[in-house]
Amino acid sequence: MAAVQETVDQVKSIDVSEYKYGFVSDIESEKAPKGLNEDIVRFISAKKNEPEWLTEWRLEAFRRWQTMESPDWSRVKHPPIDYQDLHYFSAPKGTSGPKSLDEVDPELLRTYEKLGIPLREQEILAGVEPSSRVAVDAVFDSVSVATTFKAELAKSGVIFCPISEAVHSHPELVKKYLGSVVPVTDNYYATLNSAVFSDGSFVYIPPGVRCPMELSTYFRINDTKTGQFERTLIIADKGSYVSYLEGCTAPMRDENQLHAAVVELVALEDAEIKYSTVQNWYPGDAEGRGGIYNFVTKRGDCREARAKISWTQVETGSAITWKYPSCILRGDDSRGEFYSIAISNGMQQVDSGTKMVHLGKNTTSRIISKGIAAGRSDNTYRGLVSAHRKATNARNFTNCDSLLIGELCGAHTVPYIEAKTATAVFEHEATTSKISEDQLFYCRQRGLSGEEATALIVNGFVRDVLQQLPMEFAVEAQKLIAISLEGSVG
Amino acid sequence: MLEVRNLHVEVDGQKILRGLDLTVRPGEVAAIMGPNGSGKSTLSYVIAGREDYEVTAGEVLLDGENVLEMDPEVRAAKGLFLAFQYPVEIPGVATMTFLKASVNAQRKARGEAELSTPDFMRHVKQGAEKLEVNPDMLKRPLNVGFSGGEKKRMEILQMALLEPRYGLLDETDSGLDIDALRIVSNGVNALRAANRGFLVITHYQRLLDYIKPDVVHIMSKGRIIKSGDASLALELEKNGYRDYVADAA
Repeated sequence: MAAVQETVDQVKSIDVSEYKYGFVSDIESEKAPKGLNEDIVRFISAKKNEPEWLTEWRLEAFRRWQTMESPDWSRVKHPPIDYQDLHYFSAPKGTSGPKSLDEVDPELLRTYEKLGIPLREQEILAGVEPSSRVAVDAVFDSVSVATTFKAELAKSGVIFCPISEAVHSHPELVKKYLGSVVPVTDNYYATLNSAVFSDGSFVYIPPGVRCPMELSTYFRINDTKTGQFERTLIIADKGSYVSYLEGCTAPMRDENQLHAAVVELVALEDAEIKYSTVQNWYPGDAEGRGGIYNFVTKRGDCREARAKISWTQVETGSAITWKYPSCILRGDDSRGEFYSIAISNGMQQVDSGTKMVHLGKNTTSRIISKGIAAGRSDNTYRGLVSAHRKATNARNFTNCDSLLIGELCGAHTVPYIEAKTATAVFEHEATTSKISEDQLFYCRQRGLSGEEATALIVNGFVRDVLQQLPMEFAVEAQKLIAISLEGSVG
Repeated sequence: MLEVRNLHVEVDGQKILRGLDLTVRPGEVAAIMGPNGSGKSTLSYVIAGREDYEVTAGEVLLDGENVLEMDPEVRAAKGLFLAFQYPVEIPGVATMTFLKASVNAQRKARGEAELSTPDFMRHVKQGAEKLEVNPDMLKRPLNVGFSGGEKKRMEILQMALLEPRYGLLDETDSGLDIDALRIVSNGVNALRAANRGFLVITHYQRLLDYIKPDVVHIMSKGRIIKSGDASLALELEKNGYRDYVADAA
């Protein structure tokens, strides 16, 4: 209740053309020259002191990438990207290995404070209330500059660090699992990421360990013409559990910024991974100028029996979203879940959904997708549910609901269903609705303004998915929903 | 005082109200009766501020202030409440959430402090008991899967919580069995007060056995054609609308 009110207040306090996180912090960064070639790939690898196998891995990806073409099957439209006009490496100066927060550029800390991520406070607070601890591996542009709670996590054997660090500290794990879920050759953007990935998070949960806190990463794109290529790798060993939160904001820019991340999850026997995302990157101005291109490959592998992977996402930002967090249900009795809220307003384009690939016996999956289109935006759900010949008794339930606000937006549902075993049971439900004049008038007659009424109705529409989010994220998500729909009424 | 003066309203170029005059005084219950299509529901919608109705002439005055240019939520905060003939479903929004959002929105608009959650809950609980509203209903999404009777009781509960200056009841008796009719009527009667007026729109005398009107108006073809005391409703029940409607033509 309070959250709804809060969202509304927030909407009111924001000017239509003013993006809340549209500030640029003033930190010198060390850049690679513009453009992409083998030398740049080597430069990135050398900057990070990477072992030779990884340099070769990157180069192989780069060579592969040169033979590939960008995908054109989705509903999104954008001018061709000039990959030679981007920087592929940028690191804040003097951040090579801060030993504590005191060594971090105060300007950087202030930036985080503006974003509402007071690292210091979180560290202090955590000592007071262990139940609500959130560990943050903050990625500022391309390099992780501060990692909190590391010691605490180490006690239970959990490894949570920048992937660039894991390459050195746990090379055997990185070598074993990197690219094992999203192969180097997977798709145009994933291959590009493999060649030039900057940094990201690495998580390993040892057998039987329940990670003692929610792990969290805040990404932020902050440098002109810097492509952002995160690489995240999470491994949950047998019988372990981890919940990982990812939240994003970016400053305002006039030029489109490319973001091509790769996230790989591996769940072994009886392990469970819950991965939640709240994404509110700059969506562009009212005419659709600027804004982030979010071309992300996220995939989880339920590699062994009874593994479970659950994706929850709240997508409100970016000019273009191209994203299909997927589950490979390889282990028998494994389970995949996908809960999504995708909101588009203004000129935003969203083509998002999931893939549930049933390979093992008795595998189950569940998809709940809520798409909300306002303004002149286009919102597409694209999902694949497939059952392999050997996936006997595979079950899927899919529910795709679309809500239209106004007359100029579009919502599309494109489900692909392939069952190669007669024992599979796949259910698909889909609805498309509009916020009706009757609903709006009814709410307004009770005293709510048009915007309050819309926020309330939309929050009701997405309730099933919001309930899947960890509490602190659910509140933030509710705020975001209202902010991103601002100006869509009336 | 709620005054409607020479109100002319069109929908899609069709004249629905043609010079309607009506006054509801504080403390008064005014009933409007009339055949189907006489414009009764249109009148309630126009007073509450629904779009899609074109007011071509006239005024609606709340204590002397014309409300026709005001947004519906502004009119609501000033004390106009419409109990809908067909209450609208809001999926996913718990009834309690909706009630609190609306009460606080109105309080805020009037510059009053928001109610604390415990105060508000106590308020709702008391009101719900009187209207025999099951507490479980308050957790369910507003009006979704409610029976006809439950929806109407929820409308009256909202009116009780919002404490309007004038309550417009649009065919609140439709779809109610005799027990529900009694409960709803008792709920309305409990809200009768010297500073509060009601405009009760109905087809049937039956409702007026429970909610005793001070004045009864007969409406036909977009105008009030006859006014009288409670006995006029009884007369109507006996003779039907035909005589009055013929007079007006």
